[in-house]
Amino acid sequence: MDIEKDPFIMCKGCHRRSRKSQWESHYYTCPVCGKLKNISAPYRLSIVFDSGTMKIVNAGLSSEDPLDFPGYKEKLKEAEEKTGLKETAVTAVGKISGVKTVCIVLDSRFFMGSMSRACGEKITKAIEYADRHKLPLVIFSASGGARMQEGMFSLWQMAKTADAVEQYSRDGGLYISVLTHPTTGGVTASFATLGDITLAEPGALIGFAGPRVIEQTIGKKLPKGFQRAEYLYEHGFVDAIVPRDELGSTLTELLMLHGYKVTGGKNGR
Amino acid sequence: MVDKVLDLVTKTDKQIAEAKQALADMNGEAVGFEYYDKQEELEHLEGLRSDLLEQCRDLEPCDHVYIARFAERPHIKDFIDALFTDFFEQRGDHLYDNDDAIYGGIALYHKIPVTVLGHRKGATLDENMKCNFGMPSPEGYRKAMRMFEQAEKFNRPIITFIDTPGAYPGMEAEAHGQGEAIAKSLAMMSHLKVPVIAVVTGEGNSGGALALSVANRLLMLQYAVYSVLSPEGFCSILFKDTSRKKEACKLMHLTADDMYKDGMADEIIPEPAGGASADPVSVYDAMDKAIYKNLKELMKMSPREIVADRHRKFRKI
Repeated sequence: MDIEKDPFIMCKGCHRRSRKSQWESHYYTCPVCGKLKNISAPYRLSIVFDSGTMKIVNAGLSSEDPLDFPGYKEKLKEAEEKTGLKETAVTAVGKISGVKTVCIVLDSRFFMGSMSRACGEKITKAIEYADRHKLPLVIFSASGGARMQEGMFSLWQMAKTADAVEQYSRDGGLYISVLTHPTTGGVTASFATLGDITLAEPGALIGFAGPRVIEQTIGKKLPKGFQRAEYLYEHGFVDAIVPRDELGSTLTELLMLHGYKVTGGKNGR
Repeated sequence: MVDKVLDLVTKTDKQIAEAKQALADMNGEAVGFEYYDKQEELEHLEGLRSDLLEQCRDLEPCDHVYIARFAERPHIKDFIDALFTDFFEQRGDHLYDNDDAIYGGIALYHKIPVTVLGHRKGATLDENMKCNFGMPSPEGYRKAMRMFEQAEKFNRPIITFIDTPGAYPGMEAEAHGQGEAIAKSLAMMSHLKVPVIAVVTGEGNSGGALALSVANRLLMLQYAVYSVLSPEGFCSILFKDTSRKKEACKLMHLTADDMYKDGMADEIIPEPAGGASADPVSVYDAMDKAIYKNLKELMKMSPREIVADRHRKFRKI
């Protein structure tokens, strides 16, 4: 292989360097220490869906700057240029081991995964679509919380999305929530914690209040591992911690257990 | 500005009470010069008070925040005492603990059995320590959900009072699932088959306030505020500079007026100049009228219409 095209990438956990191809073969899990790198929403979707089955929807929906917030439009533009996305949430429909599924991924590179009105709208539309078509729903959350620049319009999305999940749930829909690093604030306090099954990625920070705010409030340092996926698993708020290379098989198993007819897809089950 | 004026009002109120007491003590005795002097003093003080309050018109958004948090402002217990009868408190989530930051129970409202609950702030430091300054823990939200479920079971309308700096950001609260508790409350409220009216009486901050706000009608006292985060938190996140609070309050659209214009608040309940603490009784009257009118309208709807009506309110934003 051409070495130029296969550069070294350093792990932020163990500071060891591994080839890009090695990272890729482990879905961006450090080949040395197992720490996860944050991945983009499009990449996430590409590893979740059977190849060639994914259709991204409502990609054009973008924020409107409801408060006329100084500098916000420019920042949105920067985020768009940096990520190629128009909003935090990417919504798609595709097949997981042959089962048509609606998938929502929050991309933490876009405004730290914060929830805007457009983001809430995209999520709600996707849940409503899953509800109408009786499709299972998988949401990968990663968020810093509310989008400050949209004020109450952002906060309102918590109620809107929770309402949509509740309706979907009452209509019998299966919702698998996957908490990835970091899931905090308004996203934790709305759709992310309303799944029938809650999975988490190893080491993910998951909480309502951010660690810094808690430390300021209680006036002391938080113990190591607090608010991490393993801590939530220990306390019974997460059903399973799933390494990235087992995600496909776990989702397939869960779909099968809920009566869906799974077939061998790209994820090779 | 408004902070200094309201401090003076509080001081004047004390002097007025003292003067009134002095006059009452003199009653029955032979009327002397002293009595007339006191009367004059009282008149002067009352004049001074209304002059001071007149200065509290045309306020900045940050002044609204000050009034919304003002210690003398009436709190949930005052509203329940004034507007409801036969209040029966319900305590605890019946799972783990009782959280005094959420207060509520069953009561009669114009002879209609209702569930009434909300955030509780204290009037004194002791009370505030007990109810954690109105910052709920997951147990508080689970207690609220217990009350919501029963309200639905017994077909009681629900009235919530919103007044909180936010959900408590503590270690135990996190360990017990603060996010999950708020999320469940939002989801449950969104589908309640009984009318829900939320009244923002003080400060409504963040998800901790929203968790009790998924209502058919959101009413706000004139000087109540509602925001995505406290203005101080907002400043430190966006500006990295807490001295820009005044500017932040303007940008955040947090006043009752802003909330009404932005389509989130349905009605504004008028307050006297200087805020509810200047004349609480007038506020109880105005609040009673607003709640009663909205409740009558909502009680004409079928359960299905109630849920659809609430869904529309939240779906459109």
